[in-house]
Amino acid sequence: MNQLDNLYRDIILDHYRKPRNRGRLEVPPAWSAKGFNPLCGDEITVYVIVDRNNKITEITTEGYGCSISQASASLMTTAVKNRQRSEALNLTTAFKKMLAIEDPADSTGNTTNNSEEPEIALGDLKALQGVLKFPVRIKCATLCWNALLEALENAVTAYD
Amino acid sequence: MNTPKSDFPLLSRTINGRPIVYLDSAATSQKPQSVIDAMNEFYRSYNANTHRGAYTIAEEATDALETTRRNVARFINSDSPSGVVFTKNVTESINLVARSWGGANLGPQDTVLITEMEHHGNIVPWHIMAAEKGFKLRWIPLDENGRLDLSNLEQLLDGVKLVSISAASNVLGTVNPIRRLADAAHAVDALILADAAQYVPHLQTDVQSSGVDFLCFTGHKMCGPTGVGVLWGRSELLEEMTPFLGGGNMILDVTKNGYLPNELPYKFEAGTLPIAEIIGLGAAVEYLTKTGMQQIKAHEEQLTAYALHALKERCGDDIVIHGPQTPDERIGVLSIAYNNIHPHDLAQVLNEYGVCVRAGHHCAKPLMRVLGVNATTRVSLYLYNDTSDVDTLIEALHAARDLFTPSAN
Repeated sequence: MNQLDNLYRDIILDHYRKPRNRGRLEVPPAWSAKGFNPLCGDEITVYVIVDRNNKITEITTEGYGCSISQASASLMTTAVKNRQRSEALNLTTAFKKMLAIEDPADSTGNTTNNSEEPEIALGDLKALQGVLKFPVRIKCATLCWNALLEALENAVTAYD
Repeated sequence: MNTPKSDFPLLSRTINGRPIVYLDSAATSQKPQSVIDAMNEFYRSYNANTHRGAYTIAEEATDALETTRRNVARFINSDSPSGVVFTKNVTESINLVARSWGGANLGPQDTVLITEMEHHGNIVPWHIMAAEKGFKLRWIPLDENGRLDLSNLEQLLDGVKLVSISAASNVLGTVNPIRRLADAAHAVDALILADAAQYVPHLQTDVQSSGVDFLCFTGHKMCGPTGVGVLWGRSELLEEMTPFLGGGNMILDVTKNGYLPNELPYKFEAGTLPIAEIIGLGAAVEYLTKTGMQQIKAHEEQLTAYALHALKERCGDDIVIHGPQTPDERIGVLSIAYNNIHPHDLAQVLNEYGVCVRAGHHCAKPLMRVLGVNATTRVSLYLYNDTSDVDTLIEALHAARDLFTPSAN
């Protein structure tokens, strides 16, 4: 597989062409956060509904961007929907670690994630590993995840 | 004109196993061997600071620098080399005028007239000074072909003290009617500055017949190195202006109480200049002169006509070309939208074919908003490009279409 095929894997192209969980949720009850990439002008807004048991019952995204940012957003929504907030945070950490830009200071909150933690199963998200060969595209892949973090932070504050 | 690809060593390399197709000269041009040699020769044989030492190599370095100044002056038909100020780039040249001329001459009653197609380098310096001095910024709108809409020029010029305008657009390729705007500006006692970053490399430039008061251009887009730009100004204006940066070289005398500025152009050249780069710019001017600006213009016009035609013919409704649709009054800068494929994706696939294009907002965000897009894919042609480069571009575009929108085929 050449590097380009590795970047634009079938699953990525599939999520790009048929994005899952697109659209806007009413705020409130949803919480939202916007990610912005000043380099290319890409924008993505993540909407989440977190119930009182900290479960993400709804998640959608809307915005504009390249295939990588759009596919990443679509994959992200399918990966975290109906998961616990803490699971979503762990997944975010694992995803960013896969793209080798996990920053310990970029804390994902009060999770107990550490080196003894078992590997988080990334599943389809692994398809985005191809961006590692194209460093300028890493931001495209992480844009929605950073917005998710912010939205979840907003959501949790609401119940505190 | 023989396409002088072989003069440019970089153009013989391969990318992903294919010959490089360099279509990003609006960002920076490639350099001919003669420019690279001239800079190496300086460091190898006569590297010394200029305007200082009374020894042979210092004199050689000073002579090479001042020879370049004279050659640059001749290249743009300036009547005197003292109007040629070396800066870092166009951005610095415009900042110099904004700070020095604008700082002394612009106030709350005044307006600076720019256009919707400006590069940030000709927007932000005015935003910064407007915040300080309280003058207004007014924008000449564009018509549907990406040309300036001058139907209301008289109203647009009301209260204007400076027209600051790109001579050729770095996004649309539009060549603007500088002479007409200069006459209109002067009729209301306004001055005119031309951002000629995309003009000087491609078209014969004449500061006298064009009627401009200031002209800014940069070395690296005209076969020269990065790090050296030029501000040309009418001598009587430069004489009146106060220095922009203070320091060495720009003074006649310094006391505990103050300083006496140096004569033109040194008044605006504080600190050690990028000497090797200036010498490289001199070699670039020599290269362009030898090739012939008329020949370069003719070659690029033909190639732009070929590109416009071939892109439309072979891409049909899949492609949108922003800006003028005909090859006249434009340079070979083509901003395209293709099949709804995001510019970053398009540029990535094109790179697989060795094709280098730029994706993004091209430092022209107000223009992106006017066009209603977040970004474009920009193809820009120069003297070393030929029709085979355009053919490879189109082959790669088709590959991108097949990857992202397979149903279209």
